[in-house]
Amino acid sequence: MSAPLLQVENLSVEFATEHGQVPAVRGASFDIAPGQTVALVGESGSGKSVTALSVLRLLPYPAASHPTGRILFNGQDLLHIDDRAIRGVRGNAISMIFQEPMSSLNPLHTVERQVSEALVLHRGMRRAAARARTIELLSEVGIPDPVSRLDDFPHQLSGGQRQRVMIAMALANEPQLLIADEPTTALDVTIQAQILELLMMLQKKRGMAILFITHDLQIVRRMAEITHVMTEGKIVESGPTETVFANPQHAYTRKLLAAEPKGEPPATSEAEPIVAAEKLRVWFPIKRGFLRRTVGHIKAVDDVDISIRRGETLGVVGESGSGKTTLGRALLRLIGSEGRIVYLGRDIERLSWGAMRPLRKDLQIVFQDPFGSLSPRMSIAEIIAEGLAVHAPQLTPAERDARVVRALGEVGLDPDARFRYPHEFSGGQRQRIAIARAMVLEPKFVVLDEPTSALDMSVQAQVVDLLRELQRRHGLTYLFISHDLRVVRALANQLIVMRNGKVVEHGPAAQIFADPQSDYTRALMAAAFAVEAVPEVAQ
Amino acid sequence: MHASITGIRTPFLAFAPADQARSAPLLSPINQRRLKVFNANRRGVWSLWIFLVLFILTMFAEFIANDRPLVVSYKGELLFPVVVTYPESKFGGFLAETVYRDPFIADEINSNGWMAWPPIRYSYGTVDESLSGAAPSKPSWLQTAEERCSGYPAGVADPSCTIGNFHWLGTDDQGRDVLARLIYGFRISVLFGLVLTILSSIIGIGAGALQGYLGGWVDLIAQRAIEVWTSVPSLYLLLIISSIIAPSFWVLLGILLLFSWTALVGIVRAEFLRARNFEYVAAARALGVSNFKIMIGHLLPNAMVATLTFMPFILAGSVTTLTALDFLGFGLPVGSPSLGELLSQGKDNLSAWWLGITGFFTVSLILTLLVFIGEGVRDAFDPRKTFAGAR
Repeated sequence: MSAPLLQVENLSVEFATEHGQVPAVRGASFDIAPGQTVALVGESGSGKSVTALSVLRLLPYPAASHPTGRILFNGQDLLHIDDRAIRGVRGNAISMIFQEPMSSLNPLHTVERQVSEALVLHRGMRRAAARARTIELLSEVGIPDPVSRLDDFPHQLSGGQRQRVMIAMALANEPQLLIADEPTTALDVTIQAQILELLMMLQKKRGMAILFITHDLQIVRRMAEITHVMTEGKIVESGPTETVFANPQHAYTRKLLAAEPKGEPPATSEAEPIVAAEKLRVWFPIKRGFLRRTVGHIKAVDDVDISIRRGETLGVVGESGSGKTTLGRALLRLIGSEGRIVYLGRDIERLSWGAMRPLRKDLQIVFQDPFGSLSPRMSIAEIIAEGLAVHAPQLTPAERDARVVRALGEVGLDPDARFRYPHEFSGGQRQRIAIARAMVLEPKFVVLDEPTSALDMSVQAQVVDLLRELQRRHGLTYLFISHDLRVVRALANQLIVMRNGKVVEHGPAAQIFADPQSDYTRALMAAAFAVEAVPEVAQ
Repeated sequence: MHASITGIRTPFLAFAPADQARSAPLLSPINQRRLKVFNANRRGVWSLWIFLVLFILTMFAEFIANDRPLVVSYKGELLFPVVVTYPESKFGGFLAETVYRDPFIADEINSNGWMAWPPIRYSYGTVDESLSGAAPSKPSWLQTAEERCSGYPAGVADPSCTIGNFHWLGTDDQGRDVLARLIYGFRISVLFGLVLTILSSIIGIGAGALQGYLGGWVDLIAQRAIEVWTSVPSLYLLLIISSIIAPSFWVLLGILLLFSWTALVGIVRAEFLRARNFEYVAAARALGVSNFKIMIGHLLPNAMVATLTFMPFILAGSVTTLTALDFLGFGLPVGSPSLGELLSQGKDNLSAWWLGITGFFTVSLILTLLVFIGEGVRDAFDPRKTFAGAR
């Protein structure tokens, strides 16, 4: 093995908080050889991003500090060189791409200005030369017709294109090391596969090293030569990727590898449909001009027919903007829609808000973001009991408390949790609380709007198991919305695939997974299960 | 770092640690943290204490500065002139109300019993008939005993020339005790400010909440109306209105309220607009919770942060407005104790330096205290406030 390009030795990071010094990284050491791809894998809070940010000293100093450690890059200790010197390294010999391409690009700068900034700064290039180089870089990262894109602003680009522009910026000065901090987490699966493909292609061509930070084991398996598994600020296992995956030594690695959502949805009989919709339509008008006339519509949900049988789970799959969340909210009459919605044989699409209220007990929803869906000012007991006050006002405080305790028990939380507040719980626990809030009303139909996508992999699997258990125990009917096919496979009996507001494919889940009919579904599957890009599907 | 500070500091509010295992804590953790941050801002804590002490003391102004004794024992009967108005006939006079400062009445009472005076024997409107020279007169402690007592019939030997009849801060140009007027003036200013702040907050929060929650046309029209309303030059309008209607406390309050309620509308509206899209609001809607309950239970607490942060500053603004109107002579009715009137007397009597200095010092003190408290509150509600780094 050649001499390492980057050597991280016994790195530790601490943050000053109101509870004193909190360690984030404890003695991490690893090497990166030139041209090598090294992955740091771990769940949220494991310290992987903090480690990566330390390399370029991008942490919020002085709240952050490094009690020990050295980071040697080409013989320089990056932790201890002065600010001028580290600025010379940033964006030049080492560059970085971030998770969220929208917030990492300046919304007020054109693509040309963003990309050429690094060229002008580190190379002192003149405008014309920088422009030519920018066009070269943009075509290298696969932006079609780069010349016409130069004057575009970030909001005019799609998510994938934004991430490509970010990569072009990072490559501008031909770095020896690229740090990619969850570069594809915010992207749809098909785009994610394309971006990963692009990164591998660029690496091969330029021979640069990549430090890849991710929580997604599928990506690691596909991208990295060396894998380091991090948890609680420590690297607990390191080695060639195949070895780590084939023969995990540390208990945590084994737990991570075993954490994929597994299992089968419970088998169902041919029961009557509990919720159905015909020609369901949610169109948002586009208004233009002085008189605000409606010139067109954004068709978020366009003539969708669905029917869900009692005790079954209908999975709704699609990428962002496909209208799957809108569909779920329209079914519960949380947003206006057109078309027929039937609940237990009764048309509910015209019911007033007040007439809907008694039905809300039966029709519940669990949201994606476990941090946003619980009011930070209410105790867990207040949050869970909120619906009881509406639907069972006759309960005495003691009875209500008993219902709350039972609901917490059902989702596997300690009943004493009800006196605490949401911020004291982890993401997975919060999602359990959100589920308890829906379950305490003993609903018949629950819309699960991406309930697992904000959670770590191992927690995802637990929540999926919990949902399945609750369904089995209470005969619940689910509408399960997700972009993650792996989770859907573990829960859904029936499946619809949505794209641009329309249903592309529908049928029994097993059948669709085994033999997808439409090109789009096939592309989704390839991206999700093999992290492989399929040539762009025609829009 | 903080352990050492906590050791020597008395927290503003001590809360008993609740039984963690069985019951919910008294204050939600967010409020506990806010209290902690507020307590850590010692300037704010001190200002709050000083302000509260002054406010509570001046609430009992009648017991501190009054031209009636607190207790009188007359012919074996205990009387409480400070709370009960006795006709003078009780003591052998002929007026409908007893003037206890009158030497005749004082002698009559003292020879048949005793009377206990408050520390300052003047009320805000009491004109001292026994001044040594022309009003305004200097603070008594700057005068010699001869000067001080020259207004009394028996001079230095006069029993009335005691420390209780001192003018600690001199008198104004009508011979009224400045300290007594200051105490009553402070009370009326702060009360006026508080009532104005609370009323305008209630109206402002209500208007902002409706606009933010309903949005659409309601919001659009109300926003434009408020823009037009706030561009009305309110000071001139105030001057015109108060020259037509005789300004009493409540009339003045009403006029100022017409313009001050808009202060909070923008913030509350923005908070409601922001928070109505939160997922926990969507969750509450999915539970079937009514709009009104969502506004009270989920949205209002968000808006209260901004509101409470602004409140000390609005209070300071209200005090300033009242003082300015009084200074110009368009404020409270003639004869009312007011800081503005004191300042305007200071301007008219430049040689009587104690008037201007007292007025200036008092107004500065109130505003400084309120601003410091406001800063403390603002920091306490700031979610980004960290404990890192030196303070």
